[in-house]
Amino acid sequence: MRLFATLVVLGFRRWSTYRLATAAGAFTNTVFGLIKASIMVGAIGAAGGELAGYDARTGATYAWLVQALVATVNVFNWSELALRVRDGDIAIDLARPVDPQLAYLAGFVGRAIHQLIPRGGPPLLAGALVTGLALPSTPLPYLLGAVSVVLGVCVSFGVWWLVNLSAFWLVELRGVLTLNVVAMAILSGLAIPVHWFPDWLATLAALTPYPSILQTPVDIVTARVEGTAALGELAVQVAWLAGVLLLGRLVFARGARKLVVQGG
Amino acid sequence: MTEPIIQVRDLRREFVVRSPAGRLRRARTVVAAVDGLTFDLAEGAAVGYIGANGAGKSTTIKMLTGILVPTAGTVRTCGLDPVRRRRELARQIGVVFGQRSQLWWDLPLAESFRALAAIHRLPEQSWPARRDELVDRLDLGGFLATPVRQLSLGQRIRGEIAAALLHSPRLLILDEPTIGLDVLSKERLRVFLAEQRALHGTTLLLTTHDMDDVQRLTDRILVVDHGRLVYDGTLPGLSAQVGAERVMVVDLVEPLPDLGAIDGARRVAVESDGMRHRLAFTPERTTAGAILEAIGRRGQVRDLAIEEPDIEDVVRRLYLAQVSDDGPAAAP
Repeated sequence: MRLFATLVVLGFRRWSTYRLATAAGAFTNTVFGLIKASIMVGAIGAAGGELAGYDARTGATYAWLVQALVATVNVFNWSELALRVRDGDIAIDLARPVDPQLAYLAGFVGRAIHQLIPRGGPPLLAGALVTGLALPSTPLPYLLGAVSVVLGVCVSFGVWWLVNLSAFWLVELRGVLTLNVVAMAILSGLAIPVHWFPDWLATLAALTPYPSILQTPVDIVTARVEGTAALGELAVQVAWLAGVLLLGRLVFARGARKLVVQGG
Repeated sequence: MTEPIIQVRDLRREFVVRSPAGRLRRARTVVAAVDGLTFDLAEGAAVGYIGANGAGKSTTIKMLTGILVPTAGTVRTCGLDPVRRRRELARQIGVVFGQRSQLWWDLPLAESFRALAAIHRLPEQSWPARRDELVDRLDLGGFLATPVRQLSLGQRIRGEIAAALLHSPRLLILDEPTIGLDVLSKERLRVFLAEQRALHGTTLLLTTHDMDDVQRLTDRILVVDHGRLVYDGTLPGLSAQVGAERVMVVDLVEPLPDLGAIDGARRVAVESDGMRHRLAFTPERTTAGAILEAIGRRGQVRDLAIEEPDIEDVVRRLYLAQVSDDGPAAAP
């Protein structure tokens, strides 16, 4: 536990050294929040003031919250492991008395904690000023929401971990990484809420871990799902998390074995 | 008798190299990077593992540390099967790969030590004392708060060595630790390593291209060539066997066609019409000072340089000696 905590703190510190990048990211998140909130409000207005349970105010809130969390759950890029596999530094990780998946998860969580306030605050502040935010007034949704965000971060890590592991077999990874970004951006609810998807796409999304990364935390924080339904959503997240982490362990073991047996 | 800290028996490692042959076919060649190595290392020994590039040094180290599976033969490091018990082994050994970093690149050096203390689960009350010892002896105090990416090469290597020693390993494996360092930094590192060995009895296995490293740090050398052990013994023994000579290059003020006989030195060449003389000698038989003094009696010296025998040269001579003897080199 001390190990995990130390690595989380280090992950946090690593990111806290890049202040300018964080500020630039927060600015971008806010600008895109403004654009997306406008589109949401416009689309909901065109649909007659309500669309799949979102009115203008809750729709705008959805857009702002997604923008506030996008950096924390890390939709856009994580290729640290892949780079280490490619240049052979993974040997250093293997020669340490620590589980690599656990160590990298800790770093990922540390990064997420760092991004939460500086990348999440500005879009929410802008949202409160520009469109107003429709947020619950009881503490429970926030409490469950916090748990859901943590799970979302970990599921995101599990997915990125798997994608990165393809470095054991492929030399050029840009294709795989881009495919994951696109899939994550659409199926996680980043572009539009999963609840707006046509049935076939909603079904497809439900068969992937992506909604657990962003859509579920936002649904729970905004109390779109409450009580036992919220607990059910958390259970789905836990199941996906267990699935991706377990699969990640198996694939990593195969990859490491290939490296160790064939010699990279 | 205690078990050797490293035990290697008939160790072999092959790699498959695929190269294009024709439009679709690819030729598959099997290359043996390590080919039938057998040796033991006693606890507390300091051993130089030398050989030319591609001789199989790094491959051996990877097998010793469990990040590569042998094709045949066996390895035991600290009494463990390295591949199967890699993590357990990692607590007992420290490794520095000269070309790779185990430090956290974008964090201050001090943070890397904190992380490694946690990774090795070192007791909270005892590890800072060890860190302070290393900081003091390796003179890291001035840049503990500097992000690793901003350190100079010499500073970073010292940091790497401290990182490898933080958990007080029984065995320290250094893969080309002095590569790229200036003379002063090399010297300080050697002093430190010798001191650590004396103080803690750490076993040292060192791969290097630098003959001075070998001379100063090790009491036994293993020379590997094309994956085979071609020499196992002491450095003086190696010099005696292959005649690893140093060469003194002397420039004179006035040309002198012949310096005459100088005790313990052998004339290699006279260049520039007697302005430049090359003399070979072995440090066991005479000193550079004695030769210089002898020359000084015959003419005035303007400039001089001493060329060290390099590892490639030693290995090549060993190889030639082996071919002519048609048998393996034996330790004297």
